[in-house]
Amino acid sequence: MSTLSPAQRLKAALFSQSTRQKLLAFTSLLGLMVFFSAASPNFLQTDNLVGILQATAVNGVLAIACTFVIITSGIDLSVGTLMTFCAVMAGVFMTYWGLPMYMGIAAAIVFGALAGWVSGFLIAKLKIPPFIATLGMMMLLKGLSLVISGTKPIYFNDTPNFSYISQESLIGYFFPSLPIPNAVLILFVVAIVSSLILNKTILGSYTFALGSNEEAVRLSGVNVDRWKIIIYSLNGAICGIAGLLIASRLNSAQPALGQGYELDAIAAVVIGGTSLSGGAGTILGTIIGAFIMSVLTNGLRIMSVAQEWQTVITGIIIILAVYADILRRRK
Amino acid sequence: MILKRKLLTMAIGMGMASVFSTNSFAVDEIYIPMVSKGFQHQFWQAVKLGADQAGKDLKVKVTFEGPETEAMVDKQIDMLSSALAKKPAAIGFAALDSKAALPLLKKAQAAKIPVIAFDSGVDSDIPATTATTDNKAAASLAADKMAGLIGNAGEVALVVHDQTSRTGVDRRDGFVDRIKSSYPNIKIVSVQYGGGDQLKSTEITKSILQANPNLKGIFGANEGSAIGVLNGAKEMKRNIVIIGYDSGKQQKDAVRSGAMAGAITQNPVGIGYKTVEAAVKALKGEKLPKIIDTGFYFYDKTNIDDPKIAAVLYD
Repeated sequence: MSTLSPAQRLKAALFSQSTRQKLLAFTSLLGLMVFFSAASPNFLQTDNLVGILQATAVNGVLAIACTFVIITSGIDLSVGTLMTFCAVMAGVFMTYWGLPMYMGIAAAIVFGALAGWVSGFLIAKLKIPPFIATLGMMMLLKGLSLVISGTKPIYFNDTPNFSYISQESLIGYFFPSLPIPNAVLILFVVAIVSSLILNKTILGSYTFALGSNEEAVRLSGVNVDRWKIIIYSLNGAICGIAGLLIASRLNSAQPALGQGYELDAIAAVVIGGTSLSGGAGTILGTIIGAFIMSVLTNGLRIMSVAQEWQTVITGIIIILAVYADILRRRK
Repeated sequence: MILKRKLLTMAIGMGMASVFSTNSFAVDEIYIPMVSKGFQHQFWQAVKLGADQAGKDLKVKVTFEGPETEAMVDKQIDMLSSALAKKPAAIGFAALDSKAALPLLKKAQAAKIPVIAFDSGVDSDIPATTATTDNKAAASLAADKMAGLIGNAGEVALVVHDQTSRTGVDRRDGFVDRIKSSYPNIKIVSVQYGGGDQLKSTEITKSILQANPNLKGIFGANEGSAIGVLNGAKEMKRNIVIIGYDSGKQQKDAVRSGAMAGAITQNPVGIGYKTVEAAVKALKGEKLPKIIDTGFYFYDKTNIDDPKIAAVLYD
């Protein structure tokens, strides 16, 4: 493995992996949907499908953010509370300071990138392992959100248009039979842009290269630290978008929210076929992973499966998904 | 491999179908899902117990769900959304943030699905009624008991779960207002917040005791706070009057042993039962009061095994 150049490794990752992985994950998603449709007449209804899409938006965007970091064989445990921090900053700009909406949106993304930059700096320059650095950031950001908001939710009552980001439907405006909320549209835009970054830019190539063999990249004269910091900053900026989505959906920044969301995001990434040991992964896989998670949650609820069993089943599915991936790799 | 995965998916599917087919409901059955603020805590399990009991008595199907923590506002909304997708007859809802849930509640209203609020109110006129404890009255009863036990004079303190939730504010104010208005010789020296976390509340209690050597009593405003007060007093080897809130095994044991003078108990089983009962009444078109008071009791060593009390306590 180590004899492969980053470029070769990238090529291998792109071709042999992606097509088959996508097919595999997609088949599972379809299988789940067929099963739930057969199990309950209420599953395959426009309202419920829209509900599933809506429920996937936040986790999907967080999972996309995580995908970049996980491909570099890093991890980010702070994505959930970072999302909340960004939502709170949007609240500070728009509600506390009465600034226009675009400033609030910019604030969420900029502060997200800034926090990501700090994580990247801790990891790349101070050599703190990603698990620990982002664990610290997770708590730090959770605390900051509570401090800045005064432990109370910040409501966006003065900027009613803000709720359009998640709740209104641009697609529904043109096609009234498809009331897909804007949050979902944003999820897909983020996915497409991220996919382009990952596959078509130098940043993407280095993301894969760092994950397969960081030392080789360093020895070939690349400024590894700088790229790492950029990747973590990008991850943070994407979390900022997730923060906007959740704040807009709840019409408030809920400062106590966020912890635990990182695990859902990581689960989606892993189900989508991205390896925790780095070097391989796709955005499409991650999106499908996120949909598998929310279809599963929704379907079990629609079937009125007791909540304790829902959790058991979700756990089993995650393990099976990863095991199937390992089997495939071994072959 | 793909085939293998397909088979795997099918096997899981079939397995689930066989396990849960007993759960799928009959066509004409009245179905009432309850979306709660929590699920794992013993308090919510007791609410669920009451709801299930009412479901059995009134022959309706009831399900009960809630997010893992009370911070997960969006998860609760997803739960409400899928509950509505099941086209229920009525719905029980304990809002974590009623403003955030408003669009869905409006949808329920438009679909003529009656909403029964439980535990904490919803800031809107959509719910047909609210089944809840009068927390203020309950906490002022705790204040009366505390005053009686310390001889109507001396210093007391409060350890409360938080200063933002309705229950936190009501219980604090109920206790503090009662002391201020009726017991001029009792001084409240400290009100602290421990998030309902046992360990945090323990540390808080220790620092209150450290700072106030003459303290006579502490009121712990929920289960976690009360256990924290109990632990803190024990670790500091201080003999004070402790009054708690809710039950749970630890708190019940402490009341039995006398380490805790007594506690207020809500009636969680009653909250669950009354919610389902109100939903059924609403479906029949009966008129409902704005608030259904589900009641509370003070229990101590002397009445903890009284059947009326024992029925509302949980482990």
